[in-house]
Amino acid sequence: MVELTLPKNSQPKPGKVWPKPEGAKNTREFKIYRWSPDDAENPRIDTFHIDTDDCGPMVLDGLLWIKNKIDATLTLRRSCREGICGSCAMNIDGTNTLACTKGLDEIDGAVKVYPLPHLPVVKDLVPDLTNFYAQHRSIEPWLKTVSPTPAKEWKQSREDRAKLDGLYECILCACCSTSCPSYWWNGDRYLGPAVLLQAYRWLIDSRDESTGERLDDLEDPFRLYRCHTIMNCAQTCPKGLNPAKAIAEIKKMMVERRV
Amino acid sequence: MTNVTQNRPLSPHLSIYKQIPTMVMSIMHRFTGMALYAGTLLVAWWLVAAASGEATFDWVNGIFGSLLGRLVLFGYTWALMHHMLGGIRHFIWDTGRGFDPATSTKMAWATLAGSITLTILIWIAGYATRL
Repeated sequence: MVELTLPKNSQPKPGKVWPKPEGAKNTREFKIYRWSPDDAENPRIDTFHIDTDDCGPMVLDGLLWIKNKIDATLTLRRSCREGICGSCAMNIDGTNTLACTKGLDEIDGAVKVYPLPHLPVVKDLVPDLTNFYAQHRSIEPWLKTVSPTPAKEWKQSREDRAKLDGLYECILCACCSTSCPSYWWNGDRYLGPAVLLQAYRWLIDSRDESTGERLDDLEDPFRLYRCHTIMNCAQTCPKGLNPAKAIAEIKKMMVERRV
Repeated sequence: MTNVTQNRPLSPHLSIYKQIPTMVMSIMHRFTGMALYAGTLLVAWWLVAAASGEATFDWVNGIFGSLLGRLVLFGYTWALMHHMLGGIRHFIWDTGRGFDPATSTKMAWATLAGSITLTILIWIAGYATRL
């Protein structure tokens, strides 16, 4: 259901303002969402300053500089630092993206960092993605066939392979799904943009022989049709993919198989 | 082990998310759609008044013709135009076109500009034909 405000225990309070690094000539302000399960406090917004002459150019560099030099308890996920693992997905400057590929120079003013929106927070910038992964599992994201398995490989023409471009690149960072107001209000039943893009990736795979069953599973007022083309998913995808278009293509397949 | 998930806060959403044009126009589409329910009641009231006789019709026309009445009708015209253009935008999307982020942003702004322009044109036409 639509809920415009946060529950009482979730409303962020003003947090600690950490002193500027000593002797730094050029600094950058960070405002970061903090919450710890170890006390009963509400979330708070802490203010940090990084020394930009001593730090890399990306938001992730700034966050790790803070973790290394100011507050080691700052908690976040990160791994590849080059936009391929999807771990450091978070809300930066009002939109969801990967901290490792978002340049500090792309942001005006203070760098505001929150966890991915409308998810239970595990700690600081780490949200609980259990539901997201369970939904991905529910669309059975693997090749399903009934034909006898060929001796060497399942072949595919170049044209059919090209249909997977713009889909296979998805790294499941959850930026799109957690940018979607429909997913915020109905995330328990609506599959959300990332999972539906994955669903489409298997629907149009020429080698997959389960298209009908896959469409049957999506034929539901919530699982697929909660998409109202709000377009936040396509605007926010750090890989430049277009989940909204993939969802529209599924809706078209639903109509086409009836006529 | 205690169930730590019980007290987990919900991360902020609407209050911190950037108001990007496509999202705002989606909200406006919902909002104008609801306004049309109220507007349609006004139309029904006007028709019922017309069927009820001259005195009632003049009375209702008087209310609609007052400054406040005209303001409400102006808002109703805009809501109708905005929702109509939003509907056309959705119709284009249903064909699988217009999904590029830059294109959809342009379409969002065009919906707003178009609805304001059409509303003003309708009212100019209305006043011009009255004289």
